[in-house]
Amino acid sequence: MSGSITGGADARMDILEYLKHQHETDLLRFITCGSVDDGKSTLIGRLLWDSKLIYEDQLTALQADSKKVGTQQGEIDYALLLDGLEAEREQGITIDVAYRFFSTDRRKFIVADTPGHEQYTRNMVTGASNAKVAVILVDAAAVRREEGLLVQTKRHSFLASLVGIRRVVLAVNKMDLVDFDETLFRKITESYHAFAEPLGFTDIQTIPVSALRGDNVMERSTHTPWYEGPTLLAYLETVDVEDGRSRLPFRLPVQLVVRPDSTFRGFAGSLASGTLRPGDEVVVAASGEAARVERIVAMGGDMDVAAPGDAVTVTLSREIDVSRGDVLVAPEARPAASDQFKAHLVWMHADSLLPGRMYLIKMGTATAPAQVTELKEKVDVNTLEHEAAKTLAMNEVGIVNIALGRELAFDPYAENPATGSFILIDRETNATVGAGMVQHALRRATNIHWQAVTVDKSARAENMAQRPRCVWFTGLSGSGKSTIADIVERKLHAMGRKTYLLDGDNIRHGLCRDLGFTDADRVENIRRIGEVARLMVDAGLIVLCSFISPFRAERKLARSLLEKGEFLEVFVDTPLGVCEARDPKGLYRKARAGELPNFTGIDSPYEPPTSPELRIDGAAMTAEEAAEEVLAMILGQGRPIE
Amino acid sequence: MSHLESGSPGGAENRPDAPAVPTRTHLDRLEAEAIHIMREVAASFENPVMMYSIGKDSSVMLHLARKAFYPGRIPFPLLHVDTTWKFREMIAFRDRITKEHDLDLIVHTNEDGVRENISPFTHGSAYHTDVMKTQALKQALNKYKFDAAFGGARRDEEKSRAKERVFSFRTAQHRWDPKNQRPELWNIYNTRVHAGESIRVFPISNWTELDIWQYLYQEEIEIVPLYFAARRPVVRRFDQWILVDDDRLPLEPGEEPEMKMVRFRTLGCYPLTAAVESTATTLPEIVQEMLVARTSEREGRIIDFDQSGSMEKKKQEGYF
Repeated sequence: MSGSITGGADARMDILEYLKHQHETDLLRFITCGSVDDGKSTLIGRLLWDSKLIYEDQLTALQADSKKVGTQQGEIDYALLLDGLEAEREQGITIDVAYRFFSTDRRKFIVADTPGHEQYTRNMVTGASNAKVAVILVDAAAVRREEGLLVQTKRHSFLASLVGIRRVVLAVNKMDLVDFDETLFRKITESYHAFAEPLGFTDIQTIPVSALRGDNVMERSTHTPWYEGPTLLAYLETVDVEDGRSRLPFRLPVQLVVRPDSTFRGFAGSLASGTLRPGDEVVVAASGEAARVERIVAMGGDMDVAAPGDAVTVTLSREIDVSRGDVLVAPEARPAASDQFKAHLVWMHADSLLPGRMYLIKMGTATAPAQVTELKEKVDVNTLEHEAAKTLAMNEVGIVNIALGRELAFDPYAENPATGSFILIDRETNATVGAGMVQHALRRATNIHWQAVTVDKSARAENMAQRPRCVWFTGLSGSGKSTIADIVERKLHAMGRKTYLLDGDNIRHGLCRDLGFTDADRVENIRRIGEVARLMVDAGLIVLCSFISPFRAERKLARSLLEKGEFLEVFVDTPLGVCEARDPKGLYRKARAGELPNFTGIDSPYEPPTSPELRIDGAAMTAEEAAEEVLAMILGQGRPIE
Repeated sequence: MSHLESGSPGGAENRPDAPAVPTRTHLDRLEAEAIHIMREVAASFENPVMMYSIGKDSSVMLHLARKAFYPGRIPFPLLHVDTTWKFREMIAFRDRITKEHDLDLIVHTNEDGVRENISPFTHGSAYHTDVMKTQALKQALNKYKFDAAFGGARRDEEKSRAKERVFSFRTAQHRWDPKNQRPELWNIYNTRVHAGESIRVFPISNWTELDIWQYLYQEEIEIVPLYFAARRPVVRRFDQWILVDDDRLPLEPGEEPEMKMVRFRTLGCYPLTAAVESTATTLPEIVQEMLVARTSEREGRIIDFDQSGSMEKKKQEGYF
């Protein structure tokens, strides 16, 4: 292994040539789909092997492993190169997405190696999401035995098409086991074309191969003189990787604002589609505010033009309101800006989808609350048939309507995958539970773009000389919330601040008259209050909300409706015993007597806040003292408006 | 999508005078991907940190971070876990680079290990690595309460790495659970964690060793001189050349350091990192040697040979 080298001028020239050439190569990402028995790992191992990407020490380990656990009677088992994790090595199954790298003189490749087992649909969708080409493996011997395409081949093809892959290679493997039967190969080709017709592939290439023996993988096979198409590697080396994103309308989801000092304000993000040049006019999709691009700033010098995928920082000709989650777009070809859309949703978590539950959506760089409002149907990934459903379990695919907590900008996935894709996140566990592809925006908001309003929240707030806030008092019944809130409001009022107090009295009798005290009604109650509070904050007011609000999730929801720093949670922490002893309205007595079902603290749970902005010790402090603390927090925090 | 293919208004075709859109090479793509990832972290986490090992991959990471936030400063500190057994040249390089680029550097050493005189010679490489690297890293993460930590690991380095996510979730105990990873789709990363939990982020996951060398060459990035061949004092152990970096290296009876033209393919603790004989004194020569030698990179790292599947075990325990 000692890498002694014959130096000299010739070798040096060669290596500079080599580096120059390597620098010019492009990149193809593709996925391989197949099940354990299709020989997929063997095929990838063979590609790595043939492109000489296996190092000597790996080869030594491979030879040893092949003898120990190999399935090829002591011959080299290429599949062992790939199976990374010990547990799966023992099971002999690839269970996750793995990424492999190899290169030829023409191109660099990143392979997503994805399993074909039904329970791993999520892995295939994951691997396919960044792939331009799908290589689908078919076991020729199995097709002959079953007299037709296998279900898994259909599944792989459907999922590839769902994720928007347009180019497919059908690698008909194990041709050595069927004596390189031309008729069988042609039959498989025909039936696949017939099956795949509705899937929208623009390019289907079927290739007869033997991954184990290497036929038509890199070297043209002498066993298939009747086959005139490319070898697998030749296809991968020459397939067009240009995906047309530069011809789509300009989209730049903003990741962050770069602001090293007061003189520079740049918007950083990765160009999703289109091109960008200094002088181009852009608008913020959500607000409609327009500006011209001044510079595309880069460390090595400004850029003349940016292409899709480029990570850029742009400066604009005038100061407009842009922050993370906004999308800068071409003014003449704007995306939909809506809070509702229809989408394909792939469920990725063991906990099934609950329509109506609040999740978080991440779309581009924007994050917002989201809810599946309607599960229209689910798609059987084996038969492609649609059926009615109440939920989606792990690995199921559905067509859903999704409502968002606020408006986001997006495109249909089929038109622009980079701005039409999203993930769903569970709010409690933070797990990624779903992945989706937008079909289209729904009713109201389509193509109604917000006009940039000149009187906005900050303008109103400035007029009132205050910083709008929502102060949310939570605690048991009788804890002293309303008493404290009332004192706070009186003090604020005396100081000339514009306030409003929302509590049970003015909400339960009007806005939420139709709601009872079941868990579901409590959730809806808080949602409405949160929305009202948000409007009032938008109007510039300091809103005081006094509600038991027993559930963490709903308080979190209310918080999420407001901007960072606007929501101040005050936990009035008074022990149940103290509250019950006070019992100002005699409610505890009634609850104990069984006359008030679902009473918080008695037969309905209270989830205390884990990190409130302020905790009041309701047993030790007087209401007056508590109010002073709340006041200090409201007035002390954040910039005062002079 | 037919109406879009007919050409978008404002596209290049409407402006014949506009410069043509240049094609992007694989390195352009990898660079943009890494910058995107770094920006997501900077925008989404409260308290991120970048692991800085002083090696060539760290040099690439640092360069990428400077590009990502240019003209601003890198908005997070660098963390170097110093085992006290690093090559002296590495420490000198670290201190010079952090000064030149005005970086916030945190150096953390496991003082318990120092007090106990943990050394790779007396305690073995596995124990030394556990105490001075894995435990030290956990200490630092706990001390500074980082919620995201960038690492320079690449998927081509080792089989178990091939399946690790770019955003790799860790429990509050810093453990990695390979069976329970968050799926990663498109370039949309789930950055959410609860208090105490963290994410290890690997922006150069998709780079290969060759990509790293090419990028260093293309961008003219400075690396520790130990990567280049020079005459250095070494001893032969376990069929590998070990540098006599200071007088802490106990010489076996009859062992005599000899001067050899050697370089390092990877840098770690000097007693655990073997040198290879080489005459490569420039980046192109290193690449050329690599293409001829074809021995995979981690071979020079002794820790990988301790147990089969050893990297996976270390990672589950919290090693980077």
